Amino acid sequence: MSLVVLILLLLVGGLVAWQAERLDTGLPRWVALASVGAALLYLVTIVARLPAEHFSLVPEAQDGTTWLLHLKLAWIPRFGIALELAMDGLSLLLLALTLLLGLVAVAASWSEIDFKPGLFQANLLWTLAGVCGVFLALDLFLFFLFWEVMLIPMYLLIAIWGHENRAYAAMKFFIFTQASGLLMLLAIVVLAWQGLAQNGSLSFSYFDLLGLPLDGRVAWWTMLGFFLAFTVKLPAFPFHTWLPDAHTQAPTAGSVLLAGILLKTGAYGLLRFCIPLFPEASMHLAPAAMALGLAGIVYGALLAFAQSDFKRLVAYSSVSHMGFILLGLYAWNSLALQGAVMQMVAHGVSTAALFMLAGALQQRLHTRDMTRMGGLWHQAPRMGACAMFFAVASLGLPGLGNFVAEILVLLGLFAVQPWLAAIAALGLITAAIYALWMVQQAFQGTPDEQRRMEDFGVREMATMAAMMLALLWLGLYPQPVLDLAQPVLDSLQGLSGSGL
Amino acid sequence: MTGADFQALLPLVALAGGATAVMLQIAFLRNVALTTALCLLTLAVAAGSCLAAAQVAPLQVTPLTRADPLALVFCVLFCAAAAATALLSRDYMASHGDEPEEYFLLLLLSTLGACVLAYATHVAALVLGLELMSVSLYALVAYPHKSILPLEAATKYLVLSGAASATTLFGFALLYAATGTLEFTALGEQLGQATMGPAVLLVAAAMVFAGLAFKLSVVPFHLWTPDVYDGAPAPVTGFLATVSKAAVFVALLRLFLDADLFRYRILVEITGLLAIFSMLAGNLLALLQTNIKRILAYSSIAHIGYLLIVFMVCINAGNRDLAVEAAVYYLIAYTATTIAAFGLLTMINAGHSDRERVQLQHVSGLFWRQPLLAGLLLVALLSLAGIPLTAGFVAKFYIVSAAVSGGHWVLLAALVLGSAIGVYYYLRVVYYMTRRPEEHNMERQTVGGWGIHAIAGLLIGVILLLGIAPQPLMAYLESIL
Repeated sequence: MSLVVLILLLLVGGLVAWQAERLDTGLPRWVALASVGAALLYLVTIVARLPAEHFSLVPEAQDGTTWLLHLKLAWIPRFGIALELAMDGLSLLLLALTLLLGLVAVAASWSEIDFKPGLFQANLLWTLAGVCGVFLALDLFLFFLFWEVMLIPMYLLIAIWGHENRAYAAMKFFIFTQASGLLMLLAIVVLAWQGLAQNGSLSFSYFDLLGLPLDGRVAWWTMLGFFLAFTVKLPAFPFHTWLPDAHTQAPTAGSVLLAGILLKTGAYGLLRFCIPLFPEASMHLAPAAMALGLAGIVYGALLAFAQSDFKRLVAYSSVSHMGFILLGLYAWNSLALQGAVMQMVAHGVSTAALFMLAGALQQRLHTRDMTRMGGLWHQAPRMGACAMFFAVASLGLPGLGNFVAEILVLLGLFAVQPWLAAIAALGLITAAIYALWMVQQAFQGTPDEQRRMEDFGVREMATMAAMMLALLWLGLYPQPVLDLAQPVLDSLQGLSGSGL
Repeated sequence: MTGADFQALLPLVALAGGATAVMLQIAFLRNVALTTALCLLTLAVAAGSCLAAAQVAPLQVTPLTRADPLALVFCVLFCAAAAATALLSRDYMASHGDEPEEYFLLLLLSTLGACVLAYATHVAALVLGLELMSVSLYALVAYPHKSILPLEAATKYLVLSGAASATTLFGFALLYAATGTLEFTALGEQLGQATMGPAVLLVAAAMVFAGLAFKLSVVPFHLWTPDVYDGAPAPVTGFLATVSKAAVFVALLRLFLDADLFRYRILVEITGLLAIFSMLAGNLLALLQTNIKRILAYSSIAHIGYLLIVFMVCINAGNRDLAVEAAVYYLIAYTATTIAAFGLLTMINAGHSDRERVQLQHVSGLFWRQPLLAGLLLVALLSLAGIPLTAGFVAKFYIVSAAVSGGHWVLLAALVLGSAIGVYYYLRVVYYMTRRPEEHNMERQTVGGWGIHAIAGLLIGVILLLGIAPQPLMAYLESIL
């Protein structure tokens, strides 16, 4: 039940925050902070109660009861649909990331929202609840439900509190995800019906559908349904076009959530569902998927360099970084998978910080255009230092989390596809170009003397410092994260036999 | 007639009796409140008597009708939809018509026609029910006499729908000439030995199908839909879009099932083709609209397309139960959702006797002016778009499941494509509702009162309940089929 309570905390927190606006417009953000904080504390207490050796055991992929936590309640027996939630090391890692970035998102929007702050915080919390559901649901019907439901509060965040071109961006975001989601729904139903034909009973449970012996053609098309939905969300080239618009137009907290965790749901889906459910079809797809990843790395980096809009630049850099995840996942060996998981966490933190910076700049300067910035370091040295730190994190400076992630992916990939690894390493160089270019444009040069701007305050610096520490920790001592993910990755790899 | 026969027909008797009572009451004493109360009472009694009828069901009562659980489910649905329409119409009709009493009488008669259609197992019952329902609807559409638009819509509907009815009748006459029977089951048996040659049967089938497809507004027989939806008063549009469609659909489905027309593959394949046309054309044309009623009209064309998929699934007898179950669930979900959407349009137009305000800009910023009502429209639109946690999603899931079980990939592709297009125009309405106060200038006063809020809350509750806890209804439907 504890997992349901976790999601309910966020849902109910959203309702309270919404209504709290009636009492005082400053209250909702406190409610939001409290409810994300409570969810985080709750997660810590339930994890602390679990025996420590549980975390190093390799869970049986096909038996939910060997996972850290597992819950199954009948919901729609007519179709064999259950309320099935389960947590293993991977979900735990992503849940922690989600809730921590939830705190960052609340902090980022602390003084930004004037219009209906209650509903804003409610939508923020509901998005978090939806994402937590995605990371926990192990019934495919339930998974799809969370997958779609998290879109609506996100759509509202962009459509109501977004910037000048919000209607277009919000619509594009929703249609891309919804259309690809429908294909996934179709694939889920086909898979369940295959299960009916082979097991004699209808079930949407992940554990029942793993390892179904599928006909090659059926497996291929069904896998593509999942693959499309996840790569649109990731996003991989060429399905990334919704991302720059949505990230740029969303309010700061929305961008933080989108880049920090919503993109990770796509990566999670590939890792948890798409590859393990269809190992053979995925093997056939692997070269193409890796090519897409590579194209994303190079193309995203090139476009990032061409941007003059601060947020758009960061958005395109996300496309580039997500390419590494796709490469790591489809290389499908221990090192590469570790790298992909690491990238999910590290990119979540570094990009969230960059978007928070972009939001702070926009709030102060009312522009995101870097050609109108310049010399900000003199006027806001703390912001400059933060920008520098996260820019070098994003370009993969050794000692920070992103470096560990990318080097692991490249090492793993080198064992399978040395040439691809060589080209992907180019991504590290191009990242240096656009990241430093961004710092140069915005923070160096001669400052505009007319401009008066406020530097980061205590709240913002505290948030930034926390994220810096997280990246340093991930970069200098990544072992705990790797240890947490390792058993899960072992068990997933066990499913596909010798590997892709 | 035995007592059991009478018991099985109790819902129809209750409706007919109630209609008579309302008519007499109006003749002696004009009083809107009393008429509304009588009308609601009649509908409640009729719906309640379905329980009594269920005890003797299934039972063939005269060659014309059969009281089986399916018919009773639809009777309850139609009575509930009519009751919601009556409640919504109260304020609306008070400002749009001088003497609104007869409006409720017509509503009862139309519901009676729909229920007869649900019971029909004979062409005579089908035609009687269809005409009773349609003729009352013509008058309902034209009821507000102060503006020209409803009159235009009613004329259009009268002429076209009359022609469609005539076509259907002609088709049935030809079928009768070929087979010598009008009973659905016997008709199916006789078709095999028909003596007049395949050409006559083909023409007859085409005419019957065209007529009924017109009532369902299947492409290419859909041209009347946007104009009539737009012109008719909002509560009537809601009734027309749900009850009259569902009643014709269930009659058509029963005709196909009883006469086993699914063995004529070409006929079913044409249905499938029209389903694809409807899904695509309905969704594409809805993109071009700025009038919410017209958006909903085109969306209803698309939804009929989704629904027609079940005909193709029925080809395989093994999947037939699932297909019919899917269709029934879909119709229930669609009725609740559409009544909610038109209910909102009714509410925001109550108290104005001029032309209805149903353009997109009229709901601009509704979220901030009337949160509960905006919530109602939001839930309805999400349900129409098939987003999880709403009735519409479970319904779409049902259809997808049925189609997957039959392996109809082309239809599924059209469904996915159509739904993806559909998201755009549904969300567009949502976007208008979320526009901030400074982006539009609206001088509308707000509507309120606990009655309106209660209905809005109830409709939201029903849609969410059907989406979150569908198991009881699913289990019931599975048990009766």
